[in-house]
Order: sequence, then C-alpha cells, then structure tokens
Amino acid sequence: MKRALPLIAVIVVGTVVLMVLGLTGGRLTGTIGVAAGSALPGFRPNASTPEQALNNFLLAVRRRNWDRAFASVERTSDTLNEQKFIQEWTGSNGGLRSFSSLEGFETRPLNATDSDAQMRVHLHWTTPVGPVQDVRDLRMVRRGDGWKVVWDENPKPSVPAQIVPVNYLRWDLVTGNSSDEWGSRNVDAPHVRIVSMNAIDSAEGAVVMGEVVNEDTIPAFVNVNAILLDGSGGTIDEESSFDKILHVLLPKQVTPYRIDFPHINLSKVKNVRMDIKATLVPASSDPVIGVMNQKIDTDAQGHPSLHGELLNQSGETVNIPHVIASFYDNNGKVVWVSDGYVDKALLPQSTEAFALEIPQSLAGKVQNFHVVVNQYSLQGS
Amino acid sequence: MSWSINIVCRDRRLIRRGGILLAFALAALAFAEDGNLHAPQGPVAGKPAEIGTEGSGSATLYLVGPSSAVKRDVELGKSISLSAKELQSAGRYIAVVCSPNCNTVSFFVAPAKAASVTFLVHPSRAAVAQNDAVSGVALAFDEFHNLVLTPIAVQFQLTAKGSVPMSRNAETRDGIAWFRTGSGRSAGPLQVTASVSGDVSARRIVQQVASDPCRLRIKGEKTAKGIVVETEPVRDCSGNPVPDGTVVTFTAKSGNETSSVDAPVKQDVARAIILAKSPVVISAASGVAMGNEVHIGGGN
Repeated sequence: MKRALPLIAVIVVGTVVLMVLGLTGGRLTGTIGVAAGSALPGFRPNASTPEQALNNFLLAVRRRNWDRAFASVERTSDTLNEQKFIQEWTGSNGGLRSFSSLEGFETRPLNATDSDAQMRVHLHWTTPVGPVQDVRDLRMVRRGDGWKVVWDENPKPSVPAQIVPVNYLRWDLVTGNSSDEWGSRNVDAPHVRIVSMNAIDSAEGAVVMGEVVNEDTIPAFVNVNAILLDGSGGTIDEESSFDKILHVLLPKQVTPYRIDFPHINLSKVKNVRMDIKATLVPASSDPVIGVMNQKIDTDAQGHPSLHGELLNQSGETVNIPHVIASFYDNNGKVVWVSDGYVDKALLPQSTEAFALEIPQSLAGKVQNFHVVVNQYSLQGS
Repeated sequence: MSWSINIVCRDRRLIRRGGILLAFALAALAFAEDGNLHAPQGPVAGKPAEIGTEGSGSATLYLVGPSSAVKRDVELGKSISLSAKELQSAGRYIAVVCSPNCNTVSFFVAPAKAASVTFLVHPSRAAVAQNDAVSGVALAFDEFHNLVLTPIAVQFQLTAKGSVPMSRNAETRDGIAWFRTGSGRSAGPLQVTASVSGDVSARRIVQQVASDPCRLRIKGEKTAKGIVVETEPVRDCSGNPVPDGTVVTFTAKSGNETSSVDAPVKQDVARAIILAKSPVVISAASGVAMGNEVHIGGGN
C-alpha cells in the first residue's frame, strides 16, 4: 500500500497537468481550431517555404475555399478576377471538370531560390469517367514573409458572333411491329469488320487492340469483345472494349479499339476469340471535330506523348471530348491504342489542347498514328 | 349426334379434352383390325371426304389428325362423311371405328392449292455490283396455312429502276423455292416479287447502295480560316454517289506535325478546314479506299 500511494499521486498529478495543457496549450500556439482556419491536416497559416505555400493553396482549392485560394495567388494580369480563377478550377460549359473534384495532390520542387521557385504538381481528380491525373508546373514568388502562386490567366477562346450553317445530317430508325408480315420489314444489322488485331503484354497485363471499320452505308453502334483461351480451350478471361472505342461509327469510319486484361500474362494465352457486335442506331454526323497539329513529343515529365489540338468545326458545344488514337509501326501494324478525356468543353469554332501518353517501351516503334474523337454532348449526341 | 374437338393451342381446356380423346383413340387402335374401312380417295385439305364402311349397326368413329381429334357415332354400312372443317390440316389421319371390335384406316390429306407465299429476301441492303449478293426463299401455303409440298412453279421477278426487269423461274422442292443473284450496278430500290400460279405473289424491297468510294480526288486552297479542302463528288466504281454521311478522312502532314479531320459527305462532297502550316501535303481516305495527295504552300 505504501508503494502504491506515490504511484497514484503521480497518475493524478499527470492527468491534471495534461488536462490543463489540453485546454490551454492549443490556443496558445494558434494551430488548433476551425476559427484559426487550420482544420485540415498539413495546413500551416504562415508558410515559410514554397512547398508549404503551395500545399496551403491546393488544400484551399480542394476545400473550395476560393477566397483563401485566390488570396494566395499572384496575378499576372489585372483582368484575372476571382470568378475567372474559380472557373479555371471548377470548369464551365458542362465540361468534364464541372463534374470532377480534386481528390489529392503531390508537389515537388523543380528549382528554388530565395525569391522564386518552380514547383511541379500532380493533381488527382475524381471524375465520372474514372480517375484523371493532371500535371502542372507552377511558379512561386516570395512576397513579404510568405510565398504566392503566380497564376496566369488562361484566355478563353474568343469567337466572333456568327451563324454556322448546318446541313443537319442524321439517321433515324423506324422499327416494324408485331403485326407486320414475317420477313416484310427486316433491316439488317450494319456490316462492320475488324481490320486489324494485335495482342501484347503490358505492365498492367495483356492488351488486345486493333481497328474496326464500318463498311456499311448506315451508322453502327459497335462494341468489341475478346475472350482469352488457354491450351485446353478453356476461358481465361473475357472483356470488352468499354470506352476505348468510338462506339457510334458513321459509314466508312474507322475506329481504334483496346481491350485490357489486367494481371494476365499473354504467355498463358493460346487463342483469342474476337467478337464484334453492331446494331442499328440513330446518329448524327455533326459535330465535325478536326484534330490539328498532332505531334509525338515528350511531356514535362519526359514521357513520350501525342500532343495536338481539337478544333470544333461546328456550331454545337462538345461538352466532353474523348480522344482515341491508334499508333502504328513501320509495317502499319497497330502497336498501341491510347485514349484520354479532355477536361474542358470544346466550344464552337474553338480549339482545345489534348495529350495522350505512349508507353516508353513502344515509343520507338511508333511511325504513324490515327486519331478519332468521341463526343458527349449534354443536349444529346 | 356428332361432336368434334379442335385442339387450339391457346385454350388449355380443349387441349386437355382433346388429349383424353386421343388416348381413347390410341387405346382403340391397339385393338383395331384392318379391313371393313375404305380410305377416302385423294383427300385434299378443306374439302369434304368420305370413309367407306362395311357391316351394319352403330359404331363409334375416332378420327385423329395432325391438329384435330374427332369422336362421333356412325352407322356401319354407310359412308362416313368428313366435313371440310374436319380436314383443314394437311397430313396423316387415322380413323378408328369400333363396334365393338375396332377397325382402322389411315390416309393422307394433301395441302390445297397455293393461296399465299411467304417470302424472305436477304439482305435488306446490298452494295451494287456484288456477285450473289441477293437471295430469296419462297414458301407456298394453302389457305389453311398448310405448306404445299407438291412441286409448283414460282416466278421470281427482280425490278430495279432504270433497268430491264429480270425474272427467274424455279419449282418448289419440299415446299420451298429459292434464288440467288448478283446486285445491279445502280443504287436504288430493287423490287423482288415471288409469284405462284400467277395470282399469288409477295413483294420485298432490297436497297441497293453505293459500294466503296472509287477514285477519291481532293482539292484544297488556302483561305483566311485555314486550308479548305474538299473532295470532288465521291462515287463508287459504278458511278453511284456514295450516301451522305459517308466519312472521308483528310490528313495533312506538315513536317512532323499531322492534322486530320473525319468529315462526312454532304451532297456528294466532303469538306473540311485544316489548320496547318504550309507547305503541307493533304491526302484523303474513306474506309479502305485511298485518294490522291495535294501539296499546298511551299511554292507549289
């Protein structure tokens, strides 16, 4: 008992000290509590380094605390206001960015001096079409005790008011009914054909890809399925091209397709069974989207990629452009198919940049490429 | 008094009653002895017929056909009349007469005269100038929907706008006649008619459509907006204009940069604007057909 008493006394005194510290210590340091504006982990009110400042800025963007984010910005143009800044992050015109949210980010300094720093930011967006990664290089400048993000205004396309004539070309579908005489109103499914197929192993698994042509005079809704078979004819896996294909094919149009089989090694596969399904579908030939200035280059991270610009030649806004490209070797064989969504809406008569990544291992083989654009419009497609 | 039950698929109760009758008939058949009954001569679907009997006294007739079963009282020594309605289905019939011993006779009711033609033509669309592109199958039925199995002449007539009608004669075999032919050289509807006995016919339409573009030729010029490039009227090798909406891919190469536009044909011509730095080489393709190249800028 004699030994236990000092121990109890120490525990009681320690508890009281911790309670006092807990009640007063936070306020003293000014880092706890919503009122101080630092509820998010990692936030430091007075960032003394470019990394901390950029971290604070991106946390504010992620929280959609636009006042705080905009306060961290060094404007390069007087025309940049908070509204335009917000629109840069939240998107407009029903583009993919309008439906996305910033899930996370990683920052990395490229170079820094006492007054200036160059930072690289990897932004991780969640979108309706899956996660999207975005890489941006941002410049930071010291202002007083802290650092600010230099924000260049991204000028919106300025298109003069005009009337764009559209000879509206579309196909509608009239189906028969059960009272029709048998065989009197049959309409055949569109004739589509797989014109090339190639299977390769990639870092993520086996990939089956190629191209499909609509040989018919009517539009077709196309989907390609592939079944991997082992030596005994048993099914290893079955997948479809999902969104890595231009589903609505106009007459004589060619689309790339890619079917991914994650975690499957091609060495186990003895046979690939391809199946293409085409159905009649109402369709429109508008809008026409040109793909300009396509060029294989390396991006900021040194990865080979195909860059270009989409040009909307019609008078209709394309809310979510989807770019799909097939890459050929010097024998004309499809060696890779890549796709990507453009996060900004493609306005009429305007251009929007895109970039598609090419695997490093295949970049040397690529001699040519073919790009098609899928389009999703909120007012129907 | 006589009564009959027609098996109607949609009425389950009738099927059940018909099934019971059929079981009775089959049981009677087990004890049946041939003789004393005379099958009708050359019975035809939908026409009355008679079964001859011998002996005297009353008896019970069980008549089982492809889609009907009948039970009724009959008098031996007199002919048993079978009504037109009782013999509407072509096929094998078995008549069993029991008094009390059972006798049986079977006969075959032939289909009546062809009254309708079921005609299936494939495909609904065919590219022009293709061998064996169009085929058709005709099946002749009588007015009671019995397939007419006796060989009959069927005339297939193919009529396309601006061309001489073509006809093919065929004879049905096991009730079916067919033809296969190439598509014409002009796009447009091809009317295909199958006629039986001159007055019974069915008509189908096959759309003959332009084939792949042939000799795709393009021209282009520099404008303030960019390079406007367009095709000459796009036609197939038979001279038919390709349908509007056919995609022509224009590709412009300038140094190591490429620009491309998938432009649909509108009113025979596909047109696109390309933003490219000159000098530029522009080519066109539609499906698997390639066109010429034009060089713009650079002094050319």
